[in-house]
Amino acid sequence: MTEDTGTKPASDDGWGEARAMLDGWKGGLNICHEALDRHVIAGHGEQVALRWLGKEGERRDLTYADMASMAARFANVLAAHGLDKGDSLFAMAGRVPELYAGALGTLKAGMVFTPLFSAFGPDPIRMRMEIGGANALLTTESIYRRKIAPWRDEIKTLKLVLILGDEAPDGCVALGPAMAAASPVFETVATAPEDPALIHFTSGTTGRPKGAVHVHQAVLYHAFSGRHALDLTPGTRYWCTADPGWVTGTSYGIIAPLVNRVTMLVDEAEFDLDRWYSIVQNEKVQVWYSAPTAIRMMMRAGREAAASYDFSGLRFLASVGEPLNPEAVVWSEQVFGQPFHDNWWQTETGGIMIANRPGMEVRPGSMGKPLPGIEAGIVEREDGTLRELGTGEVGELALRPGWPSMMRAYLHEQARYDKCFVDGWYLSGDLAMRDKDGYFWFVGRADDLIKTSGHLIGPFEVESALIEHQAVAEAGVIGIPDETAGEVVKAYVTLNPGFTPSEDLEREIRGHARKKLGPAVAPREVVFRNTLPKTRSGKIMRRLLKARELGLPEGDISTLETDET
Amino acid sequence: MTDYRAIYLEELVRVAPDIDPETVGENDHLQDDLELDSMDVLNLVTALHERLGVDIPERDYPRIATLAQAVVYLAEKSASG
Repeated sequence: MTEDTGTKPASDDGWGEARAMLDGWKGGLNICHEALDRHVIAGHGEQVALRWLGKEGERRDLTYADMASMAARFANVLAAHGLDKGDSLFAMAGRVPELYAGALGTLKAGMVFTPLFSAFGPDPIRMRMEIGGANALLTTESIYRRKIAPWRDEIKTLKLVLILGDEAPDGCVALGPAMAAASPVFETVATAPEDPALIHFTSGTTGRPKGAVHVHQAVLYHAFSGRHALDLTPGTRYWCTADPGWVTGTSYGIIAPLVNRVTMLVDEAEFDLDRWYSIVQNEKVQVWYSAPTAIRMMMRAGREAAASYDFSGLRFLASVGEPLNPEAVVWSEQVFGQPFHDNWWQTETGGIMIANRPGMEVRPGSMGKPLPGIEAGIVEREDGTLRELGTGEVGELALRPGWPSMMRAYLHEQARYDKCFVDGWYLSGDLAMRDKDGYFWFVGRADDLIKTSGHLIGPFEVESALIEHQAVAEAGVIGIPDETAGEVVKAYVTLNPGFTPSEDLEREIRGHARKKLGPAVAPREVVFRNTLPKTRSGKIMRRLLKARELGLPEGDISTLETDET
Repeated sequence: MTDYRAIYLEELVRVAPDIDPETVGENDHLQDDLELDSMDVLNLVTALHERLGVDIPERDYPRIATLAQAVVYLAEKSASG
C-alpha cells in the first residue's frame, strides 16, 4: 500500500500533467536541474530568481543563471571535500542567498538536504544530526560556536562544516572563499526519481523526532501544487514568508517557486509590520504565502496600520501552518482586497494536499478541498481496520497514498512508518470533518502533539529537557490555546525532594529549557504540582491535564491510577 | 523617576529567563542577538504594558528592539501619557 509512483509507467500513474511540466535529467530526475538549470537552458537565465532583502536594507538580485552557478560552485565545494552522492548535508542559517544556493547545490551533487530551524537549541540540533547521520553542515559562525562546537567531535559521521562568510573557526571551512575558488560548472549528478533528496524532521508524541524522507520525484508534486494551489506561473512575484528551516520554507520557499520559474522574494528579517507592508507594496508582490500567527499579528495592529499602503499588486494570498480563523479571512479581504486562502498539508505529505484554491469559493475557517489527484477521507479506527465516515462526522483525516511527494520512510524507523498506513490509507493524525460540499474542516490533533506558531512540537522532547533540570522530578507538557500562536507550550512539573516551588525556580527551569531547546520549543509557562495524573503503567495523562486546563469533560479516566494534586 | 532600563531588563528576563541581564548590551537586538522569537516579543510588549501602562502598537515594536532604543521610547511614551 505504500509503493511509490516512480516505478510505475509514466503514462498511467495520474501525474502525467505534472511530469509534462518538467524536463527530467539523464533518464532520471533531479530537483536542482528542474529548479534552475532547465530554465537557463531554455533561455531564461537573465530572469531574477531570487530578490534578497537584507536586514539592514540591502537588496540583491540573483538571476536563474546566478543561482545555477552558485549551486554548481557549492556542489563543487562539497565534492572537493570528498562528499558523495547520498551523503547528507544539514543546514541551519538565516535567510541568506547562500542558504538557498546551498540547498540546490546539495541536490545537484546528489546529496540529501536537511534543513533545521536556526532557533533550535543545541539539544534538538544534536539529536537530529545524530539520527540523520549528518556528513556535512552549513551554518553561521555564531550558531556553530554557541550550539554545535562543544559536541561537534561526537558526531562521528560529520566530515565538513561550512561557515557562511569569509572566515571560519578551526576545523571549519569558510564558504565565501571556497565558493569563489570553485568552478561555476558542475555536471548534475544523475539521480533516479526514487533517490532521497530531502529529509525533514518532525516531532512524535513519544520517542525521538522522525526524519521524513522525500525523494527527487517529489518535484513533480511541487511543480503541480505550486501551480494549482498557489497560482505560481512564470514571472510571478512571489513571497513565501516561511523559514527554510521548516518544510513549508523548502517545498514552497525554494523548490515549488523556482520550478515554476517565479521571481521569489526572500526577506532576511523577522516579522515587522511596516517592513512587511512595505515589501508587499514596493516589490509589488503578486502571490503571498504566509501563516496564521503572522496574519493575526497584522490583525492586532488594526486596519489603520495598513491604510496608507497600496496592495493592488496582490493577486493571490494563501496561509498554512494551522487553521486560519474565519475572521482573518474576512479581514484580509477588507485590508488586502483578497482573502487569505487556507490550505492543509504536513511534513509527511511533502506538499499541499487540501486547499482553498485560486478561483474556488473560499469557505472561511475551512482548509478547502483536495487538490486534483488527491483523495482524502475521514476515517475511524476500528480493531485494526478503518471505517470511512460520512458528511459532518468528525474522524481522522486520511489520504490515499501514491502522490509523488509523499514521504518514503521515517529514517531508520520502519515500524513507526508502517503505523501511518492502515487499510490503504495514510493516517494524518489530524481530526477533521467534511461538509456536504466537500470542504474539509480541521478539528484538532488526534494525539498529544502541540501546534504552536504553525510548528509541530512533541511533548516528549520538551519533557525530556525539563527533567534534566536538577529540581524537576516529572514533567507533563501540553499545548494551551493562544490567540496569536494557536497554541503555546505549557509544562506541569513535580519537584525533587529539597526543592520548593517559587517564582525564581519557575524562571530557572524555563531558562534551562530555553537554553537546551530554543525559544520556539521551550515552554512559555511552567506550573508546579505535587503529583501528576498517571496511568497504571506510569504514563502521564497529558490529555487529562489539557481537559482540565480547558475546562472540558475528562473523558475516559478508567486508566487513571494517580491523580493530579 | 522611573528606571526604564531596570524595568525593561526585569521584564525581558521574565520572558526569557535564559538571558543574564548583566550581559545585555545597549545595542543588542532582541531577536538577532538575544534570540527572542516573535511570541517572546509579544509577551514582552504585554508585560511592559501591564507594568507601565503604555500602549506599544505593533508598528512600534522595532523601537523597543534594543535596550538603548527602548529606554528612550518608553520614557517618551510615558511622558505623553
